[in-house]
Amino acid sequence: MLPAAVVPQPAAPVRGTAAPLPLLLVVPAVVTAAVALLPLLYLAVRALQHGPAVALDVLWRHRTAVVLGRSLLLATTVTAACLVLGTALAWLTTRTDLPGRRLWAVAAALPLAVPTYVAGFAWVSFLPAAAGGVGAFAVLTLCCFPYVLLPVGAALRHVDPAQEEVARSMGLSPMRAFLRVTVPQLRPALAAGGLLVALYVLSDFGAVSVLRVDTLTRVLYTSYTSSFDRTPAAVLGLLLVAVTLVLVALEARTRRGGLPVRTSRPAAPTRLGRGRWPATAAVAAVTALAVGVPVAALAWWTAVGSSDGLDTARLLAAAGSSIGYAALGALVTTAAAVPVGVLAARRAGRLPAVLERAAYVGHALPGIVVALSMVFLAVRFTPGLYQRTPVLVLAYVVLFLPLAVGAVRSSAGQSPAALEEAARSAGARPLAVLGRVTLPLAGPGIAAGAVLVFLTCVKELPATLLLRPLGNDTLATRLWTETGVAAYADAAPYAAVLVMVAAVPAWLLSGRGRA
Amino acid sequence: MRRRGVLLLQVLLVLLLSACSSGSDSGGSSEGDPLVVYSGRNENLIGPLLEQFTESTGIPVTPRYGGSAELAAALLEEGEATRAQVFLSQDAGALGALQAEGRLAPLAQQQLDRVPASYRSPAGAWVGVSGRSRVLVYNTDLVQAADLPGSVLDLTRPEFRGKVAFAPTNASFQSFVTALRVLRGEDQARSFLQGFAANEPKAYPGNADIVNAVAAGQVPFGLVNHYYLYEKADGTEGGLASLRAANAYFTPGDPGALVNVAGVGVLTGKADERTARFVDFLLGEQAQRYFAQETSEFPLVAGVPTKEGLPPLADLAGPSIDLSRLDTLQESLALLSDVGLT
Repeated sequence: MLPAAVVPQPAAPVRGTAAPLPLLLVVPAVVTAAVALLPLLYLAVRALQHGPAVALDVLWRHRTAVVLGRSLLLATTVTAACLVLGTALAWLTTRTDLPGRRLWAVAAALPLAVPTYVAGFAWVSFLPAAAGGVGAFAVLTLCCFPYVLLPVGAALRHVDPAQEEVARSMGLSPMRAFLRVTVPQLRPALAAGGLLVALYVLSDFGAVSVLRVDTLTRVLYTSYTSSFDRTPAAVLGLLLVAVTLVLVALEARTRRGGLPVRTSRPAAPTRLGRGRWPATAAVAAVTALAVGVPVAALAWWTAVGSSDGLDTARLLAAAGSSIGYAALGALVTTAAAVPVGVLAARRAGRLPAVLERAAYVGHALPGIVVALSMVFLAVRFTPGLYQRTPVLVLAYVVLFLPLAVGAVRSSAGQSPAALEEAARSAGARPLAVLGRVTLPLAGPGIAAGAVLVFLTCVKELPATLLLRPLGNDTLATRLWTETGVAAYADAAPYAAVLVMVAAVPAWLLSGRGRA
Repeated sequence: MRRRGVLLLQVLLVLLLSACSSGSDSGGSSEGDPLVVYSGRNENLIGPLLEQFTESTGIPVTPRYGGSAELAAALLEEGEATRAQVFLSQDAGALGALQAEGRLAPLAQQQLDRVPASYRSPAGAWVGVSGRSRVLVYNTDLVQAADLPGSVLDLTRPEFRGKVAFAPTNASFQSFVTALRVLRGEDQARSFLQGFAANEPKAYPGNADIVNAVAAGQVPFGLVNHYYLYEKADGTEGGLASLRAANAYFTPGDPGALVNVAGVGVLTGKADERTARFVDFLLGEQAQRYFAQETSEFPLVAGVPTKEGLPPLADLAGPSIDLSRLDTLQESLALLSDVGLT
């Protein structure tokens, strides 16, 4: 732990106060960051087990450069497409008179409930030609755009419409006024959403394995599955962490400057005029492709396959396990994220920034790597907990911490720091300020983060498969079992319930953004 | 808000503590404790077999299912602290990886001797329990038996142009490519794959899709594992006889005739009477018949008949290759991507 004296003082606070960092936040934040960094320990041990020369050899391979390039290309294109698609849908559903826009706002968040492996299977089974780089780009874009849509939608509701109105009164078209005046103010939301998309794409194994694109993650997997060699996998894992840190630094740079200003005045909806129906058709088409295709595939599998009859008790037990593990994962992850996120929102300086970046380390790592790190560490240091719930929950924390940290940071950042200062000057203790001012104000945003973690945990497969307590099944692991014997008809109910369990939080998210 | 937070924390602590306290039962392996089996083979297939084992021996089993490779990696990380006593693997490669790190205990000679030497570890660390062969499935309306190729290497000939289906991402196809590289060298493997790619083969997502396409007459030939035809037959009214598809086996010793196995090994330091009985059970008639009937695989123990319509195991003549040496798939994948097949 860092003693308070070591903590660097912010030289020129950008926001918040220059008061010494409260130990109450710093100590748990350091613990959280240390947990998030656990996989690095494992990766370093494994990458260097045959000496640095072997590790460097893996790194300098021609193939490593090729797959790194392919991963970055996929991440860049998907992120760009999600930024455009997510912003367009956010604008249409919050700022226009699009018919049924509230309904579309909910529908547009639902792709979050579809695991990429289900989407991938669905597309390949309808359209075998979907396999390949273009297919992976399309499927990942359709699965990921809500990561942009949700923060941008929330920000659009808070951006003061006055500036845009002025721009329009000076003769700019609605589109131009939006692009030139409002979009720059959305920069923090766009950056945060874009980062999550990019990291998701880097870590994704579901879509790229079904659609057969050799990304860094897939090559890392084949290193386990084909040569049973953990050294190349660890080297590639470290490479993913390095890419993550670069992306996080880029995002921090983009985020700087624009802070959305809270406003109570809603913008007058832009009239789409003759564009109404084409716009509705476009929104409907995106929803159909992102949600309709996977759902149709599930229905199709059920219809054509011969099922031995559904074991309802087993399905319910799996659903119960999924919900239980995911709820614990969301709870612990959010609790761990609060100190990191509040520090990042309230304090300038190096330490809060370093702690926040540390939280992202595990997010671009494929689940299997984090799972093996947990196996490695738990067996050595906490053998009593291995293959029990706490270690699985810890893996969820490492994997999904940024989803919660981002939510805490942005929601805590939106409430005026002056309120906390007032409470402090009135004599409230730091814990009281945190519990009675900061957290309640940021409450809805933090809850939204927890909900996002919950639904991501429900979809998680590789870590759950290796770390779940012996004899326990979740929806995702049952789905994996059934598709493993190509029993799509038997798999469909598990996939359907999984999507439904994840759809409830997705629906909540689409509504919470309104708050 | 704060109250609620405290309450949540309390709930969490209780959950954690209860999880920890139930963790004290690991370790010792007294009579009546469940046998911990890591299975890389599917639960729907192995689950019923484990129940049969418990029924006939009274030994309860706690299984952990996962991918063979992921479980092998986990077993390597767990090392001596593992709770697993037995590892049941989908392929020989994962067992070979554990053997190479000294994680498998030697099996009894009388167990090893029940299976032909080519289907078990030369060092006696693991033994195959069921086999699968690479075959050429063909449409019986479109192809005369006389026109079948003897070697997989013939598929680069002009008469096969555009007529052969394959699954480039299927693990068994990739194992075949590895076997080809090991048996014939990198240069010959590359020139075959280049010729094969130039001959306009049809790529399919998986083996089952290929068998469906061949039976429907959409493509005359397909490179698959032998049992997919029987799986399709099991799900078709009229069975095998009603399908317009059949398996052709390549000539003995041909790389295209590769036979791979699913096998079992006992973890180092975990061997006891129960693990021995478990291996015995898998090599016994009941389990061997189960594999033969349920998965249409080849039983590897002499005296157990193959499923109706399948040739006897003795007629299979895959290339002679140490199956646990098929661990250079990364190079095979690079080669496949070089010649433009993936």
